[in-house]
Amino acid sequence: MQGRPQDPASHRRQRVSGKKTMKILVPVKRVVDYNIKVRPKADGTGVETAGLKMSMNPFDEIAVEEALRLREKGAATEVVAVSIGVQQAQDTLRTAMAMGADRAILVLTEESPEPLAVAKILKAIVERETPDLLILGKQAIDDDMNATGQMLAGLLGWPQGTFASKVELADGRAEVAREVDGGTEVVSIALPAIVTADLRLNEPRYASLPNIMKAKKKPLETLQASDLGVDTTRRLTVVSVAEPPARKAGVKVGSVEELVEKLRNEAKVI
Amino acid sequence: MTVLVFVETEAGHARQASRSAIAAASKLGEVHALVVGDAASVGASADAAAKIPGVTKVLKAGNDALAHTLAEPLADLLVSLAGDYSHIVAAASSVGKNVLPRAAALLDVQPIPDVLDIVDADTFVRPIYAGNALATVKSADAKKVLTIRATSFDPAPAEGGSAAIEDAAAPAAGDTSRFVSAETPTSDRPELESARVIVSGGRGLQNGENFKTVLEPLADKLGAAIGASRVAVDSGYVPNDYQVGQTGKIVAPELYIAVGISGAIQHLAGMKDSKVIVAINKDEDAPIFQVADYGLVGDLFDVVPKLAAAL
Repeated sequence: MQGRPQDPASHRRQRVSGKKTMKILVPVKRVVDYNIKVRPKADGTGVETAGLKMSMNPFDEIAVEEALRLREKGAATEVVAVSIGVQQAQDTLRTAMAMGADRAILVLTEESPEPLAVAKILKAIVERETPDLLILGKQAIDDDMNATGQMLAGLLGWPQGTFASKVELADGRAEVAREVDGGTEVVSIALPAIVTADLRLNEPRYASLPNIMKAKKKPLETLQASDLGVDTTRRLTVVSVAEPPARKAGVKVGSVEELVEKLRNEAKVI
Repeated sequence: MTVLVFVETEAGHARQASRSAIAAASKLGEVHALVVGDAASVGASADAAAKIPGVTKVLKAGNDALAHTLAEPLADLLVSLAGDYSHIVAAASSVGKNVLPRAAALLDVQPIPDVLDIVDADTFVRPIYAGNALATVKSADAKKVLTIRATSFDPAPAEGGSAAIEDAAAPAAGDTSRFVSAETPTSDRPELESARVIVSGGRGLQNGENFKTVLEPLADKLGAAIGASRVAVDSGYVPNDYQVGQTGKIVAPELYIAVGISGAIQHLAGMKDSKVIVAINKDEDAPIFQVADYGLVGDLFDVVPKLAAAL
């Protein structure tokens, strides 16, 4: 952290505790619940989301959990959740605080911005909050872009440890095990850094009722994206959204012999 | 229009997924390939890329920073070369997904991941919501940054071309990001992404031992790769690189045999473009039967050994 400006609050914490602070920022996204199968709108302009149950993006829950575990084992001192979107995204932030995040920031935007705009907004938040580490979900399950963490790392000029299945902090660096096509790869990145969470990083906790009540009293700051001086103009226009070509169910076969016969003589694949 | 394709290489040959990215890029314009590696091996990799028909020039950059395709130096390299190109393209592999969004941000471009189809130079089709919908999007960016879903484009052949090879200036190595180690188990089996036949196991296998004793003999008979559902991976039956699905590998073999896999949306997103799908499951209502060409309701511990014996 040497050579980087710190916010006044973290100076105060340092004086009180006499220990070095370590702040983790966790961006969380409000998405259609993962159990719901969405369908394209009849006019092809998007997907039907009206009235559907919304939840925190599952990869973001894993990111929150990892930040909390790092705080609980003394490797971090504060966990701040951030969400970017409509007013209702504060429900997602309350969930993050019920899980254990210390406070939250909501950046209001009119529509769901693209990863490039989200990364620019997060960069502005990083400049205000000066965290040591960001943990993001590796992708949101609505647009499936898998881009925001990498883009933010690029904009900040920070190193990145994406698709993480294990994170360890020591000596100003993070050692990150990454899930890659051929198996697992370990990288060591200097803090401040970006980590994105893959499925097997941890199993997120459920928020208990007392913690849900407590979360209602935790601080939630609301900002306007326009106040941050970020241009959120979309670069991609949706021309149409359609159902994928349906695959027809085939036939049930009665025996192994019949299956082998069909594969040999009908499908001709063996 | 000239397109720069980042080509992943392995032991002196271009990965099949990258050859699919080259096939996709060929629909957009002239194709230049970028290969990286350590200084000693990048020459052989460049030779392999130069032989791919459709590639007119190969740029090679070799140093220790690039040897492990770390995102930070590789994104910087792509940005330094981007000026000459209308599109920057890579396969939607773990490397492509790690590096291209970072380069896109540095170029102030919104990337377009997982391209399934190219409509025109600005317009692309990609899956959203785990493949439950296909979005056609038009980019207003001057430069496009795309990752290509390999199963949607037949790969360019490995041999037949003879492109010129040039050196590109490799970025200096920094210390902020370091490669530590890799655990990449080798196997005699074909790779999942390029296998003609895949035998995949799910919760029904019950443990890792049964993958060995029940699935492997069938895979051996068929010369097949072995895959797994998310549950099987999360339960520790097999390593993570076996996972087929929305967040695992996307595959489209000639024959996909799903054994003891119920067929969650997440799994179907990774295999429903397979040419022929066989499902073996004791639950006749399992959703996997809705996409299977041939379904066999039965106990896999009885059926799979019989099937292996009958081949």
